[in-house]
Amino acid sequence: MVNLVSGIKVVGDRTLKIIERIGAVAAFLFSILLHSKVSFKRFSLTIREVYYAGVQSLIIILVSGLFVGMVLGLQGHETLQRYGSEDSVGVLVALSLVRELGPVVSALLFASRAGSAITAEIGLMKATEQLSAMEMMAVNPMSRVVAPRFWGGVISLPLLALLFSAMGIIGGYLIAVVLIGVDSGSFWSQMQSAVDFEHDIVNGVIKSVVFGVAISAIATFEGYEAPPTAEGVSGATTRTVVSSSLAVLALDLVLTAFMLKGWN
Amino acid sequence: MERSTLNLWVGIFVLLGFFSFLMLAFKVGNLNLSGNKDTYIVIAHFDNIGQLKERAPVRSAGVLVGRVKAIQFDSKQYNAEVKIAIDSQFHFPVDTSASILTSGILGEQYVSLDAGGDEKYLKNGDQIKLVQGAVVLEKLIGQFLYNKAQDSSTDKGAAK
Repeated sequence: MVNLVSGIKVVGDRTLKIIERIGAVAAFLFSILLHSKVSFKRFSLTIREVYYAGVQSLIIILVSGLFVGMVLGLQGHETLQRYGSEDSVGVLVALSLVRELGPVVSALLFASRAGSAITAEIGLMKATEQLSAMEMMAVNPMSRVVAPRFWGGVISLPLLALLFSAMGIIGGYLIAVVLIGVDSGSFWSQMQSAVDFEHDIVNGVIKSVVFGVAISAIATFEGYEAPPTAEGVSGATTRTVVSSSLAVLALDLVLTAFMLKGWN
Repeated sequence: MERSTLNLWVGIFVLLGFFSFLMLAFKVGNLNLSGNKDTYIVIAHFDNIGQLKERAPVRSAGVLVGRVKAIQFDSKQYNAEVKIAIDSQFHFPVDTSASILTSGILGEQYVSLDAGGDEKYLKNGDQIKLVQGAVVLEKLIGQFLYNKAQDSSTDKGAAK
């Protein structure tokens, strides 16, 4: 009986801690927005972060996109040919990429490639007291260090997701049309008649913007709040990847539910 | 890294992202440059619309001439009111008939317009009088079975 009560207490305690942490990230996000003026005034700061978060993630995003598209082409063709509708493989590849896999997989890759790097960088700046040194020189680390990294992530992720989807469709085309021999005309025409610009492509972009905000906020928060030790920074980096991946998947469910039902 | 090289790479990255957006919009999606073409709305009342959805194609002679704009239940006539947006470059006579057909056996449902012979054309807000709703497979099978049963009973009656 005592064990049961203490077990329930642990559950309550954990839940409160999770809610507290979500609240802290939200407050941190609000504070980033308040300190964002410098990121746009001195845009070179943000451009530098777009380079580190976006351009340097290009290889992993492009290669993954190509392979995911190829696998979708193979699997889709394998299943659809049983029903004699292998021409629809283009629709399957495009819709799965534009609606779901493009935004979600690129967000997961972005969280592990760029999110963890942002956390480690800010965490190490804190551990080596660079942030305190900035404060001593009357430079606000929130506007000089955190906000540009946040906006760099928010700008990069939607572009990476678009590139992922485009590469995936090229991968699907290579497998289905070039390798297997599905008719090229029906591949594109069926795709065009099924994919809607507003309902599929724009909604996919909206998703990736939301994921970009979530991942960048979590990554900068974890770095900024990391204990200034080697262990603390490594723990914060791990937490960034875990919590931002979970946040992406949870947000994806909520956004998909809204988008399928319509916003009103 | 030197600032100009960095700017160049970010520029290339943004342009690549922009081009993939354009590729998705024009090559993959159905957005074309005359995207929001002028349309006019005509209304058709169907007894049964089957699986017809909003944004379903409207074809005439197999060519896409418009899309289903809205579907709602008419609570006065107890049937389905379908608003059809037709591209303004296509004109149909007032005695045009509308029917709901299925593309292929398992395909999506669409509205088919068969032009009539009248000299007056349909205008915005007009109603299509000649309509044929979707074929409901269950009703068709039910009717077939009923006819079959009736035939066999008349055969038995004749045998007696």
